[in-house]
Amino acid sequence: MIDRAIIGFRTKPFAAEVEKGRLRLFAKAIGETDPIYFDEAAARAAGFRSLPVPLTFLFCLEMERPDPYDWFDQLGIPLGRALHGEQSFEYHNGTCAGDVLTFESEIIDIYDKRGGALEFLVQENHITDQRGDRVAKFTRTLVIRHD
Amino acid sequence: MMQLPDYEAIEVGDELRPLSLPPITRQALAVYCGASGDHNPIHVDIDFARESGLDDVIAHGMLVMAYMGRMLTQWVPQSAVRQFDTRFLAMTRVGDRITASGRVAEKYTDGDKRYVRVEIVASDQTGEAKTSGSAVIALA
Repeated sequence: MIDRAIIGFRTKPFAAEVEKGRLRLFAKAIGETDPIYFDEAAARAAGFRSLPVPLTFLFCLEMERPDPYDWFDQLGIPLGRALHGEQSFEYHNGTCAGDVLTFESEIIDIYDKRGGALEFLVQENHITDQRGDRVAKFTRTLVIRHD
Repeated sequence: MMQLPDYEAIEVGDELRPLSLPPITRQALAVYCGASGDHNPIHVDIDFARESGLDDVIAHGMLVMAYMGRMLTQWVPQSAVRQFDTRFLAMTRVGDRITASGRVAEKYTDGDKRYVRVEIVASDQTGEAKTSGSAVIALA
């Protein structure tokens, strides 16, 4: 069982710059074909400041931390036993290449099902941009298998 | 420039144009591993996957969610997407052919803002739902 005392555990705030090359690589990896994700001129023509950050990429940027799984070790969660259970995003403002985004995460809940065979860990990430504006929030639920 | 769909013309039950993907390959998982920054070995290292009690590597749930996102943004500009939620129901494996589809589940207004909520699902070649969720789209 994961110690419930870690509810409220926060990772150190982490800032990451949104890089054009990285966005293009990501767009390619998901099979994207829309030119706004590759070509700045197309992005501008579509009303974006630069290449837009794809809907799910904020999750990836949070993993830019030097060791994105360090808190698994700190909390004693075996990585190979963790599955992604749920993921949600709330978007307040669009983000684009060139933005510097700061991520602050907190474990907000832990619960179990099937008599403890499955544990669920819910982590919230608040994202602000270089102006300090809240741009998005995402919530990740991990499932830890104890079977 | 992509236009927002007309709120009045949308009806609950309308189907979004599905997005069908080629079969998931190990190479696609390796490329996504690098591009996403999610280096969890369970997606690319079969030895690690086996030590963790699985038969083989499994696809990143976030890759499947990204496919669902592509299905949404071929319909509306991503700046209209306010919320995007998914639940990962089953593991996606090498060889699976994912199709992302969606339908309008609800239309509603909040003050002078108009929204539609769409239900989305990503299923494999057998019709098994891998990921299901919803998205809220703001329309003018």
